[in-house]
Amino acid sequence: MFAVVQFPGSNDDRDLVYAMKSVLGADARLVWHKESALPPETRGVLLPGGFSYGDYLRAGSMAQFSPVMADVRRFADAGGFVLGICNGFQVLCESGLLPGALVPNRNLQFICDFVHLRVEQAAAPFTSRTRVGDVLRIPIKHRDGCYFASEDEFRSLEENGQIVLRYCDAKGQVTANANPNGAVGNTAGVRNRAGNVFGLMPHPEHAVEPALGGTDGIAILGSLIDALGGAR
Amino acid sequence: MTKRLEPTVDLALARDHGLTDGEYAHILELLGRTPSYSELGIFSVMWAEHCSYKSSKNHLKTLPTEAEHVLQGPGENAGAVAIGDGLAVIFKIESHNHPSFVEPKQGAATGVGGILRDIFTMGARPVASLDSIRFGPLEDPKHQFLLRGVVNGIGGYGNPVGVATVGGETFFHPCYAGNILVNAFNLGVVEADRIFLGSATGVGNPVIYAGSKTGRDGIHGASLLASAEFDETSEAKRPTVQCGDPFTEKCLIEACLELMKTDAIVGIQDMGAAGLTCSSFEMASRAGSGIEMDLDRVPQRETDMTPYELLLSESQERMLLVCSDGREAEVQAVFEKWDLDAAVVGRVTDDGRMRVRWHGETVVDIPVDPVAESAPVIDRPQREPVELRERQKLDLAATAPEDDPRAALEALLATPNLASKRWVYRQYDQLVQANTLIGPGGDAALVRVRRPDGELTDKAVALSVDCNPRWCWLDPFSGTVAAVAEATRNVACTGARPLALTNCLNFGNPEKPEIMWQFAEAVRGLAHAAEKLGTPIVSGNVSFYNETAGSAIYPTPTIAAVGLLDSCENYAASVFPEVGLAVVLLGETREELGGSEWLALRRGTEAGVPPSVDLDHELRLQGLLAAGVKNGWIRNAHDVADGGLAVALAECCFGSDGPGVGVHVTLDEALRPEVLLFGESTGRVVVGTSQPEELLAAARAAGVPASVLGETGGDRLRVDRPGGRAWIESPQADLYDLWSNAIPRRLEEAS
Repeated sequence: MFAVVQFPGSNDDRDLVYAMKSVLGADARLVWHKESALPPETRGVLLPGGFSYGDYLRAGSMAQFSPVMADVRRFADAGGFVLGICNGFQVLCESGLLPGALVPNRNLQFICDFVHLRVEQAAAPFTSRTRVGDVLRIPIKHRDGCYFASEDEFRSLEENGQIVLRYCDAKGQVTANANPNGAVGNTAGVRNRAGNVFGLMPHPEHAVEPALGGTDGIAILGSLIDALGGAR
Repeated sequence: MTKRLEPTVDLALARDHGLTDGEYAHILELLGRTPSYSELGIFSVMWAEHCSYKSSKNHLKTLPTEAEHVLQGPGENAGAVAIGDGLAVIFKIESHNHPSFVEPKQGAATGVGGILRDIFTMGARPVASLDSIRFGPLEDPKHQFLLRGVVNGIGGYGNPVGVATVGGETFFHPCYAGNILVNAFNLGVVEADRIFLGSATGVGNPVIYAGSKTGRDGIHGASLLASAEFDETSEAKRPTVQCGDPFTEKCLIEACLELMKTDAIVGIQDMGAAGLTCSSFEMASRAGSGIEMDLDRVPQRETDMTPYELLLSESQERMLLVCSDGREAEVQAVFEKWDLDAAVVGRVTDDGRMRVRWHGETVVDIPVDPVAESAPVIDRPQREPVELRERQKLDLAATAPEDDPRAALEALLATPNLASKRWVYRQYDQLVQANTLIGPGGDAALVRVRRPDGELTDKAVALSVDCNPRWCWLDPFSGTVAAVAEATRNVACTGARPLALTNCLNFGNPEKPEIMWQFAEAVRGLAHAAEKLGTPIVSGNVSFYNETAGSAIYPTPTIAAVGLLDSCENYAASVFPEVGLAVVLLGETREELGGSEWLALRRGTEAGVPPSVDLDHELRLQGLLAAGVKNGWIRNAHDVADGGLAVALAECCFGSDGPGVGVHVTLDEALRPEVLLFGESTGRVVVGTSQPEELLAAARAAGVPASVLGETGGDRLRVDRPGGRAWIESPQADLYDLWSNAIPRRLEEAS
């Protein structure tokens, strides 16, 4: 069972359950942030997009103190798979489960648009259905999505293969023009050193149906389902 | 007990509150005594134009509001229309014009917040928003600031609450230089038998206040800000604008919808204009009951608030509920789960009076009905503007013909009104809730319908909001008829069947007979078109006093249409989906140029009569579109509107993120080039089809004129005149650049 943590202000929470359950056939359900522990049958944790606590302080900074997050941290430390999308990525960075930080977009505007992503790491549990160099078309929708890490930190992320996705053009070229928000190194998605925690600004749950902008998001959500041995 | 320092109530104070001498005399007569300060405040907001509709009521009652599928017409928080399978859609459009001019970000944000509350109040989850926003010239730095602020406000509120903004319109014209318009629309979905109304029934039932605490913000927003003209002191009214908190609204939506799954709620209403006062009076009035309330129990965010302030505050994100006696704890538990305040502030009574206590003292004791229902109704004088006939004169023979159609097309595509609005809608979440089949930029938005539990249905609703204010200025009756025709036609272009309308009537000062004449003519046009097209008006809003220093906006009756697609397996977007399609024009081009964008841009004049509208043709055309889309003959459909056929063809080519598919057409009618290319005759749609024979046969059978213009393909837009010579031949990439970058360039944000 995938636990989709519902914070106050989460707003892609139900969309993520819909994508995992109704489209991809996995077992997924909402878990209220005030729960003291994840349900025992939890096999993967998903932190959804939205504006937890309104994001009035730094995006994601309040949600790290929600009661259930202590158990999410234990789950991750024990090697459990944790995926954070958009606000979920921000929460993971603020919680220290992922390195770096997400700051306001370079143009200081909210941006909702489809972007192209180049796969940099094709491996279980999050990108096993892809190959390095694949180009995915997935939407972003965020105001604070500019990934930042200090020069030294970023170099070590690259050396350790922690940069999983980069913004690119339709042909897969990682260019300044293809960078929507000013992220360092065009970074769109990052994993932790151990590889069991992954955060990304684009929304794979909003790219799972042909009628709604394509199905490239399945490459990511489907990889996670595969890593847990199928839908259940 | 602390003694309040309150002003003495007299005629002078009543005048300061915007009440007329006659209205004040009426209050004295009603009460048989001098009102208290709080009571005066209540009368002033409840009888202000914004809440009482005193100038418009007489006219609005002529609108068609009923049909078999209408579950709730005007009078409640929003309208409700059945869409089958036990589901209904709830929708409404509302203005937030004055606040947005004074403080664009918060003004627009709270406009979005207010309309969302009108929808979820009725038990529906809000699923899609549209916004119709109008500014002065984009070259004016002040209006660049206002545009940025309004867009930031709409996104800054709509994005966090998790409701997709799927369409709208953005328009620039000098007539809005002193009064911008921000009209916000929302639609929600609900089980048809689970619609909640704002009614305070059940003597002894508790009255519960829920949501944000009350502060001193927005006092007299409805009366002083929305119900008077602007002048040089308007900036000082900034404190009457409220501040929005979308996070609280999001929690409030979830808490209310959770609560509505139980049967604890008897009635519910949001606290919008005139706050606690308006909501409690309306709830009691609808039920024919009374309410007694203790202001000391109202959650407050500031200290030492007076009863006057507590009653008139327009603090946002607040709801008033009546629940069944004994269910208070259950209600409070849900709000507590979402960390929201909820407090029992009073009880429903049966004596038809509003009694309000504060610090043990009765500060308000007045009958409900005379305040809520017997507000003055004014039959304001009307007069056709003397210069109207002059305006309508247009001598086509004396108008120089277009000698450079390509330059004209390029100029039109680069005007902010016709250019891509991607700069605007890119700042809105268009995707959340995973329903958006067609988002902003098309003729209408198309949104899948889910049941309240999240399960998808086959249905989709189509939404469009439209008004051509230039046409309404030249002829408010036919301009409004055209707006209804265009909104419903846009909906029909997706393949949907138009169901019903909502409207936001933006006008100048109704105390001026010329403005009142415009209003009456527009309402007459609205009634006529709605009746004829079978699309009743189920909700709406009137915004008067859009006037600064004596200069009024053009009449702007914004019309939003909602349509239903029973199966979203087949639907049509605006853009040519592929090469090799036959391009067909449905409808006829007539010798019409009055009020056109071409005339304004290329000849610098706004004159003539607007193009005629044949509503019988419109019905046939809309029926043909529905059938053609359903049968797969129509692959895309795009309404011919501002800028005429040449602009419509160019727009059909533009992809969502690139120049798209080219097109080659031949226009062989014996009309002047500017009429043929840029005339704005109504009732026309450009469609792409792979089965032209079937489509033409169906059009003949339906009595809709149809002609094959050409074929999609190539990398340019080419429009030939008879004999093969090109009127226009432009690389698609060049046109796309002009069109897509026009607004960013003016804002100096082009990439």
